[in-house]
Amino acid sequence: MGDLSEFPLKYKLFLKAYPWRRIDPVPWVPLKKPLKDSRAALVSSAGLVRPDQDPFDDSIRGGDCSFREIPADTDLSALIDTHRSDLYDHSGLRQDPNLVFPLARLGELVKSGRIGSLNRRNLSFMGSLTAPGRLRKRTAPVAVRKLVEDGVDIALLVPV
Amino acid sequence: MCNQAVGLVAAELERQGISTVAIQLLRSVAEKVRPPRALVVPFRHGYPLGVPGDADHQRAVIEAALRMLEDSSLQPPAIVDYMPGKNK
Repeated sequence: MGDLSEFPLKYKLFLKAYPWRRIDPVPWVPLKKPLKDSRAALVSSAGLVRPDQDPFDDSIRGGDCSFREIPADTDLSALIDTHRSDLYDHSGLRQDPNLVFPLARLGELVKSGRIGSLNRRNLSFMGSLTAPGRLRKRTAPVAVRKLVEDGVDIALLVPV
Repeated sequence: MCNQAVGLVAAELERQGISTVAIQLLRSVAEKVRPPRALVVPFRHGYPLGVPGDADHQRAVIEAALRMLEDSSLQPPAIVDYMPGKNK
């Protein structure tokens, strides 16, 4: 797995002292129908935006908790990486956005019948959020309601 | 931080009735934040599905995540380590 040795000492110390937000109780929704009949959505925290969308704002203290809708038919090569972190290597995802936002892979799974369908819109967040309170209380509930309205059954979440 | 962010969004998805599985790059963070279903992958940050340009490799990771959704024996919070070729 990734480990803290990837990071500079200053950041390792920060992470060691950081008050991670514990999910408690842990909500749990068992799969309601077979995957072949389920509608899937993709949720990424890689800070990707389409060319017609505003980039994530790296000047916001604690991190930009907003989200972008990414339609399922988006040309992946057009997505722009606006994640503010310089603590990881961005070259892989710029070479192949499926590495962090696997729209093409999910499309293949729909085509093969493994999953029923891919939702018409997917979600992009910028995950470098040291103060995630607004994400938990405001933006995530709003974003999720959109997927509920769409009849999404399952979601795959991919950090970066 | 990204691991925590997707965990928190996963929890909100489940609260609103959507089943989730979250890739995680740091087991220690997954254990602290506790997303409902976490697949811990052995890749460095920036490479959550492993290898750029390798569709088979990426599909194998996603397949392991989908199997977590199908596994009715899992209990929350469920943390599974991705082991290439072994997450059957």
